Amino acid sequence: MKNHVWRPLYVALLVVAAILVLRKVLVPADFGVGKRGYMYGWHRAGNEADWKAVKVKYRSAEYCKECHRDKYDDIKASPHANIDCENCHGPALGHPADPPTLTIDRNRELCARCHFYLPYKTSGRGSIRGINPATHHPEAECVMCHYPHNPKLEGRK
Amino acid sequence: MITRRNFCKKTMLLVGGMAVPLAALELFDPKKLLADKSDKDKVRWVFLVDTTKCVGCGFCVKACKIENEVPYDANVTRTWVERYVITKDGATHIDSPKGARDGFETSQIDLGEGKFLDIKKEDISKAFFVPKLCNQCDNPPCVQVCPVGATYQTEDGVVLVDRSWCIGCGYCIMGCPYGVRFFHPVYRVAEKCNFCYHRITKGMKTACVDACAFGARQIGNLKNPDDPVTKIIMTERVNVLKEEYGTKPQVFYLGLTKEVK
Repeated sequence: MKNHVWRPLYVALLVVAAILVLRKVLVPADFGVGKRGYMYGWHRAGNEADWKAVKVKYRSAEYCKECHRDKYDDIKASPHANIDCENCHGPALGHPADPPTLTIDRNRELCARCHFYLPYKTSGRGSIRGINPATHHPEAECVMCHYPHNPKLEGRK
Repeated sequence: MITRRNFCKKTMLLVGGMAVPLAALELFDPKKLLADKSDKDKVRWVFLVDTTKCVGCGFCVKACKIENEVPYDANVTRTWVERYVITKDGATHIDSPKGARDGFETSQIDLGEGKFLDIKKEDISKAFFVPKLCNQCDNPPCVQVCPVGATYQTEDGVVLVDRSWCIGCGYCIMGCPYGVRFFHPVYRVAEKCNFCYHRITKGMKTACVDACAFGARQIGNLKNPDDPVTKIIMTERVNVLKEEYGTKPQVFYLGLTKEVK
């Protein structure tokens, strides 16, 4: 065959080779078909470890219990037993090393998340003791009268 | 010398052969099926939401946003709580202000654009809250549409996004029938709930499960027959969202009604 037929073919082959080389360089080595097959499992294997390495911020009540056993026992014996410490005290992160103190959320809005009365009889909300924050002592923080670790002991602080 | 008749015959044979999908030629392997059933160490994360217990406090949304570093004031969230108020005239009113990050601070329904709807107490026929999160589908459409392989499903069923590989095209955000995906405003990639993968793989529960004081949210392993969540899914009347899409969602709901979308 004549040269003018081969020449464009060489160019085409060169382009294909360049793409393959570029692909080899750009695509990470750990890319592959995972356990879920090609359609759902094609991924970079190292990414799973990346997600596992995300820092835990909410350490859960079991972590708080190690030092604050008294407060833990207090709330566990109250109607607020199921509320996690960190819902009001904020995420523990590396406490007590970092941060040394946690910021307690004493906003009325925090308590109103559950105790703002909504007349929804068909959901659990309708049976929680509730108030209207606009009319129930709007000037005061809830904790001035109610002890959050055991709301049955009103007035204790 | 190839005749015209011969050429036509061979072409049709070739086209027909190419049309047979590769999957059709795959014989099932009894060993593989047996392994799936007998391997007790295997994990398939599933979620159980009890809508009858949810009170709409939004502590789950707050905890999720902080735990997973989703910008707190941006109006995007990995999980959210919807309020359904069905009035006696048959109308359904749904809202989720800021994804219920601060709970529901008013009895009015947030219609958006600064408009609110007052509903009288006596007009309500039923009202309840429905938490939403990623369904970690068995057939995740968001994974199928990814053109670069940046999103995938792990062996234990969780759909993850590779932030370093995502090009931000947004196909997956469009592809999810549940609307759980969004653009991360900081990383500028697709973002979604991943059942707190960093917590569940350490034996902890998700941040939203820990934050829920009412037991409305639970996480479990469907491959463990002794798991309390698995027992409820197997024995009680659970439902899933948008079953008709064929995505096989793995977040199960107790107490769904026809109004829930």
